[in-house]
Amino acid sequence: MHNAVPLSWYLILSAILFGLGVAGFIYRRNIITVFMSIELMLNAVNLSFIAFSYQLKQVDGHIFSFFVMVVAAAEAAVGLAIILTVFKNRETLMIDEINSMKY
Amino acid sequence: MNLWLIPILPFIGFLVNGLLGRKLSKALINAFAIGSVTFAFVWVVKTLLALGPIETKYVEHYYTWIQSGRVTINVDFAVDRLTAVMLMVVTGVGTLIHIYAIGYMEHEGGYYRFFSYLNLFMFFMLVLVLAENFLLLFVGWEGVGLCSYLLIGFYFTEQFATNAGNKAFIVNRIGDFGFSLAIFLIVRQFGTLDFTKVFDAAKGMPTEAAAGILTTICLLLLVGATGKSAQIPLYVWLPDAMAGPTPVSALIHAATMVTAGVYMTARSAVLFTHAPIAMDTVAVIGLATAFIAATIGLAQTDIKKVFAYSTVSQLGYMFLGAGVGAFSAGIWHLMTHAFFKALLFLGAGAVIHGLHGEQDLRQMGGLFKRMRITAITLLCASLAISGFPYTSGFFSKDAILVAAYERAPWMYWVGVLTAGMTAFYVFRAWFLAFTGRYRGHAHPHESPLVMTGPLMILAVLSLGGGFINIPHWLEPMFAETAENQTLAWLSAVVGLGGIAIAYIFYVAAPGLADSVANSAGSLYRLIYNKYFVDEAYNAAVVQPVVNGSRAVLWKGIDAGLIDGAVNGIGARARGIGGILKLLQSGNIRSYAAWVVLGSVVVLLAIGFAGAVR
Repeated sequence: MHNAVPLSWYLILSAILFGLGVAGFIYRRNIITVFMSIELMLNAVNLSFIAFSYQLKQVDGHIFSFFVMVVAAAEAAVGLAIILTVFKNRETLMIDEINSMKY
Repeated sequence: MNLWLIPILPFIGFLVNGLLGRKLSKALINAFAIGSVTFAFVWVVKTLLALGPIETKYVEHYYTWIQSGRVTINVDFAVDRLTAVMLMVVTGVGTLIHIYAIGYMEHEGGYYRFFSYLNLFMFFMLVLVLAENFLLLFVGWEGVGLCSYLLIGFYFTEQFATNAGNKAFIVNRIGDFGFSLAIFLIVRQFGTLDFTKVFDAAKGMPTEAAAGILTTICLLLLVGATGKSAQIPLYVWLPDAMAGPTPVSALIHAATMVTAGVYMTARSAVLFTHAPIAMDTVAVIGLATAFIAATIGLAQTDIKKVFAYSTVSQLGYMFLGAGVGAFSAGIWHLMTHAFFKALLFLGAGAVIHGLHGEQDLRQMGGLFKRMRITAITLLCASLAISGFPYTSGFFSKDAILVAAYERAPWMYWVGVLTAGMTAFYVFRAWFLAFTGRYRGHAHPHESPLVMTGPLMILAVLSLGGGFINIPHWLEPMFAETAENQTLAWLSAVVGLGGIAIAYIFYVAAPGLADSVANSAGSLYRLIYNKYFVDEAYNAAVVQPVVNGSRAVLWKGIDAGLIDGAVNGIGARARGIGGILKLLQSGNIRSYAAWVVLGSVVVLLAIGFAGAVR
């Protein structure tokens, strides 16, 4: 069978990964982990893009996921630089302690 | 003929002195200020010589200013015989006064500012007399009003000078309001503002149909004229305008600007002759102004105030002349008045200059020996304004009075009485200043030649100006004026009587004036306080307007409505912001929760929307 794994399995896996990312994004306190959760969500979305693209025999999904990866790489570069600077100044990565930007 | 050069020359002087005057030396300022006006005078003479006897109006078209529907308003200059007279008076007397001002303003601050304003005034005044339509005339009319305001308030550090400037400007607004309404009515009625077209159309109108609209137009024009030419009820600004430097009083508030109303009335003579009611109103207002201002002049102690009320009174004569149909006599008196009243003011200025700023007649006296030239030239002007036989005032004033007699004898008799009072107060001032013993404390000295020179020229013109027969020159434009030797000599005799009484009161029996004033105590106080007109206007008009502006416009509308709306919007925005700022907690995980919640809500909304469809 050419199409052994059905599309729904991919989508379920993608949803699970995305849910894990959201949970980590909300509940984790270490900024690095939060950052990783965001990457997880992006890749979950990539997975569903690829799955649909394969299913529908269209190249658009591939192109989208390449875009997402490029943006994610750029975001990682900027984000890690910010995290480094924050750590240098505050010697902590706990996001609950980094709360001076408020009313 | 390049008529445009005439006003542009003083305008160049204004630009140079106004923009660069601070850095220029006095000699250069003088060169530009006096040179530009002198060249304008030369150009006027050259133009008039080239035009010869101006049988028909000479018009120069420059460009179309406003084109709206069927109304076309051009920038045109024109010269006819009336304009020729005005041009000669304005540039001739103007040049003399500019020269005089070199000496008078020598020690004053703001030298360049003074001359740039004076040049700007000449520009606007020449636009006014050269204009070939009502709107361009109005441009000059407003411009001279602006310069009048600037120059009255020339000593802007003095409260009374700035107040006087404001008063002149605001009172003139009332008159200008009437004038602009008249212009609108003319456009509506005739569809044009060109003098030639309007007057031709008015001539062709049947009398009955024309009476209503023309009377309205003329009465509104008269409102404008009463403002500019200081007639009842708007004359109150002119006496206060004496707060300005004396050359300004001579040039603007005696010789030229204040006669603009008379010029405008004469220019619109066709309209006025078709509106008999308006004519009568002009005559009555002129006569009343002449009489009332003369009575006020009897009791003033400030030498410039005496001459200021005299100016109001003489302007009243001019309006009387226009109102009884003797427009040419009015213009004649305009010209001779420009000579002798400019001389009176410049002479008063020389006295004030020699006494280091003293203006009170009670602090003068015995100056004849110290200022011989000033005294003699002022005597010439006093004789002329009193109508002494064969001086200029004799001819022009009597031409008006004779014409008034033709219209209604009582007008003649009131005019003659006024002439007697005029002679009395002018010679009262002269005797108080130049005869008797010196009562002040300064060290009087004669003025330099740059000041006495113009005085002497004006003295010659005051004595001989009556031989320039203006009514004959203006005959093609206005109806001929009547002549009556008996009446003329009668008013001259009354004038001599006024001089004689002044001599008795102030030279022969000096105590007599005070005892007469005491015996007529309340009457004396009434005219000494100028009939309390300023106080009445203050109570009836100024205070209600000020209070209304304070209570309603300021406290109510400005502070209440406008400020309230602006501040209210600001306060509401702050209130809403105060609630919304609570979202900005600084807790990153709460932000994350909001983002997730928002996404869920959006997804659910899309889902439901899809389900509903």
